[in-house]
Amino acid sequence: MSSLSAKIQDVFNEPACENNRGKDAKARKQGCSKPLTPGAAAGGCAFDGAKIVLQPITDVAHLVHAPLACEGNSWDNRGTASSGPTLWRISFTTDLTELDVMMGQGERKLFKAIREIKEAYAPPAIFVYSTCVTALIGDDIEAVCKRAAEKFDLPVVPINAPGFVGSKNLGNKLAGEALLDHVIGTAEPDDAGPYDINILGEFNLSGEFWLVKPLLDRLGIRVRAAIPGDARYLEVASAHRARANMMVCSTALINLARKMEQRWDIPFFEGSFYGITDTSEALRQISRLLVKKGADPEILGRTEALIAEEEAIAWKKLAAYRPRLEGKRVLLNTGGVKSWSVVHALMEIGIEIVGTSVKKSTPEDKERIKKILKDENHMFESMAPRDLYAMLSQRKADIMLSGGRTQFIALKAKVPWLDINQERHQPYAGYDGMVELVRQIDLAIHNPIWRQVREPPPWECQLAAGDEPPGTKSETAIVQGFKKFAGTTADDFGEC
Amino acid sequence: MVRILPQTKAAAVNPLKSSQPLGAALAFLGIDGAMPLFHGSQGCTSFALVLFVRHFKEAIPLQTTAMDEVATILGGADHLEEAILNLKSRTKPKLIGVCTTALTETRGEDFAGDIANIRQKHAEELAGTEVVLANTPDFEGAIEEGWAKAVTAMIGRITRPGEQARQSKNIAILPGWNLTVADIEHLRDMVESFGLEPVIVPDVSGSLDGTVPDRWVTTTYGGTSVEDIRELGTAERCIVVGEHMRRPAELLHRLTGVPYTIFQSLAGLKAADRFVSLLSAISGAPVPAGVRRRRAQLQDALLDGHFHFGGKKIAIAAEPDQLYQLATFFVDMGSEIAAAVTTTNMSKILEKVPADSVQIGDIGDLEALGAGADLLVTHSHGRQAAQHLGIPLMRVGFPIFDRLGSQHKLTVLYQGTRDLIFEAANIFQANRHAPTPEALDPFRHREMPDELRSSSLARH
Repeated sequence: MSSLSAKIQDVFNEPACENNRGKDAKARKQGCSKPLTPGAAAGGCAFDGAKIVLQPITDVAHLVHAPLACEGNSWDNRGTASSGPTLWRISFTTDLTELDVMMGQGERKLFKAIREIKEAYAPPAIFVYSTCVTALIGDDIEAVCKRAAEKFDLPVVPINAPGFVGSKNLGNKLAGEALLDHVIGTAEPDDAGPYDINILGEFNLSGEFWLVKPLLDRLGIRVRAAIPGDARYLEVASAHRARANMMVCSTALINLARKMEQRWDIPFFEGSFYGITDTSEALRQISRLLVKKGADPEILGRTEALIAEEEAIAWKKLAAYRPRLEGKRVLLNTGGVKSWSVVHALMEIGIEIVGTSVKKSTPEDKERIKKILKDENHMFESMAPRDLYAMLSQRKADIMLSGGRTQFIALKAKVPWLDINQERHQPYAGYDGMVELVRQIDLAIHNPIWRQVREPPPWECQLAAGDEPPGTKSETAIVQGFKKFAGTTADDFGEC
Repeated sequence: MVRILPQTKAAAVNPLKSSQPLGAALAFLGIDGAMPLFHGSQGCTSFALVLFVRHFKEAIPLQTTAMDEVATILGGADHLEEAILNLKSRTKPKLIGVCTTALTETRGEDFAGDIANIRQKHAEELAGTEVVLANTPDFEGAIEEGWAKAVTAMIGRITRPGEQARQSKNIAILPGWNLTVADIEHLRDMVESFGLEPVIVPDVSGSLDGTVPDRWVTTTYGGTSVEDIRELGTAERCIVVGEHMRRPAELLHRLTGVPYTIFQSLAGLKAADRFVSLLSAISGAPVPAGVRRRRAQLQDALLDGHFHFGGKKIAIAAEPDQLYQLATFFVDMGSEIAAAVTTTNMSKILEKVPADSVQIGDIGDLEALGAGADLLVTHSHGRQAAQHLGIPLMRVGFPIFDRLGSQHKLTVLYQGTRDLIFEAANIFQANRHAPTPEALDPFRHREMPDELRSSSLARH
């Protein structure tokens, strides 16, 4: 464990992290994750975070060394897409029993499991995840992995991020460390070129990176490795030969980006493919970094030409939604809007942002939000579900964009909701992805079910109107009472 | 305004229709102790019988006058007489439902006169058996028309005419053919929960509900009793489901003065609300807690389900009232009707179908118009079209021969609408296309019109 705690300290001390630089030495040592409040905590553990980051590497067998819950309750739940291998979707766990734990058979079982996987699936590598119980009982997964790697002549990578060490975010970073320690740099590509890049922190949710990759292809830029979305083990192993790194999804893999710069002199920038201006900016930055590293500067001109063309097309498509969406009010309730460019695009077509959470936003982000929102009160740290429900029930927003966790607050308040987190089924990256997002907002807001579900039952109207109490059975009362309910579609009836 | 496009092809390709006498026979099958009788050649009956059996997985009582060459030339009255007498002596039915076919109608005989003669001539022998005639040539209409004609004929023949003392708790219900066994059972429960007593004509829930009787019966077992049809005039009100049931309701009103209320569809929150309100108004009873609970469940199903329907393109082929029922259901969920195909242009309901146009046609038309849709909705014969187009098929209507339990699927009121939402949403989920680099490549789709492209994006 001592090596693990050293690693955690190292991860916490992240010089490339803006937040971290703002802290004093003592605060820095405490780490970036706030201590969890028992009874009021939400979100995943470090193991969850590590697995999320690594599992989309598609040809690797991911083996979870744990009793059933860690893997059994969490597998097959993410929408990242693969263009080839499907091994990553198969769930492997040692499924430790009481006896295994009592008798200390964990390590032996793990070794056997590695052998079975190697024989049945012949993967290019096996990743082994430690978890709370196996860390607690002291199973030495690093030793087992080392021994198995030698014995089977196969990379067997220990991922040391048991759940109790911290939050999901910490797990993300520990996964990056594992790649640095065991994977990246272990293979030499024979085709390295001046236009090679890596994309770090891109998960290819719903295949959305495939909306972006053709743009890069057109510029002659090769993605050596997208880590982890749709990656292959060998691509990751030879990622150190790229000329530039783009880091997406905020700070999840910032340690990976910085250390790759340190070790292999690969410059990186933080960018996003969400929203039109951000997509353009990302393409620009990539080209600039490549030129800095020796690529032909003519790529800068080609990049600008592509951006101009694509932006024009995207804005034109978005403009078509303006008549339908102008003046609609959006409530953003997500850990931190990854890209202000999305907000920018929404506002550009006349959508109003009536509120946003700033829980995970940096001070710089908050400044930007202040500029965008007319009213500072619309910023909130986090909102209790009850308050959120009240706000939505009062129809203070026309739609909420958030993750699945708060979905039912919106739905039970009978307000449209759109998933913008990892469980979603629509690709939102790049120019076309932005258009798709707006299309989905349009579909959600204008779905006819809202009118139906908000209408109270007609018999309640009757009582509210103080009608004569039910019980009179004269023909006329029936017909009159009934005609009243018939409402707008009296046409549907053949009253006689 | 929906345009109704007539059929212009000479060759029907993969027919959508089942014939009119089949619809009439189906209605007679909802009467207790009934024996439908096709007045035509043997084949008319055996094809219909086989289709019924494939759909219901039941032994179906259905007989034929077995017109032969000589009878076809000289007239079929003798065959009709013989058939009725044979059925009477062998199966002792309470009702014989005569359905004419194209063959006998083309000859153009006076069936009503023939049957009147037979009744008179054999008054004693036929005592206790009603003989009802429905004129249902195959060359006209389809199931809907046949069903409605049979019900009209039964009311005209059996129901005691004249204003009668109304029983304030009695409700007559005339359901359309597209209501399943489960629908009818559910309607009855709903009406009874208000303290009302429904008489349902026809009532397939008693006869075609797939039970195992402990004896061999050659007629239908279960369904509306002939006596109940006779006493329809005592009902407080008649509730009609489906535009095609307007004619029998009008006849009942004319004969007995019983007022009626038509529900063109019972699917959807609004329609169910109106139905429940009507029952509450008639009975004077408050809406039971259980019904309110079902309503809340439907609200939740609308919320949970709508994600799967928004922007989806649906291609439907069904008989007019069912087409209307399903098209409004999908449109109310946020989908659009990309293609609507129906059997005949005889129904006024077609003008209200929420689609740009309704094609009178066949499954070949559905296949042609449905390309690019997200879901085909029709009966089992649509499976080839679904396969050719690579689009999932939701099975509705008749016949459904490659799935079990179609009779026990609920499609009306709160619960039925909820079930429809789940069924369609599950089909969408089961057929989600995994994203591929090719499908998402923005350049590959540049040449296509925006609309097509964005829908291919959304369809997984």
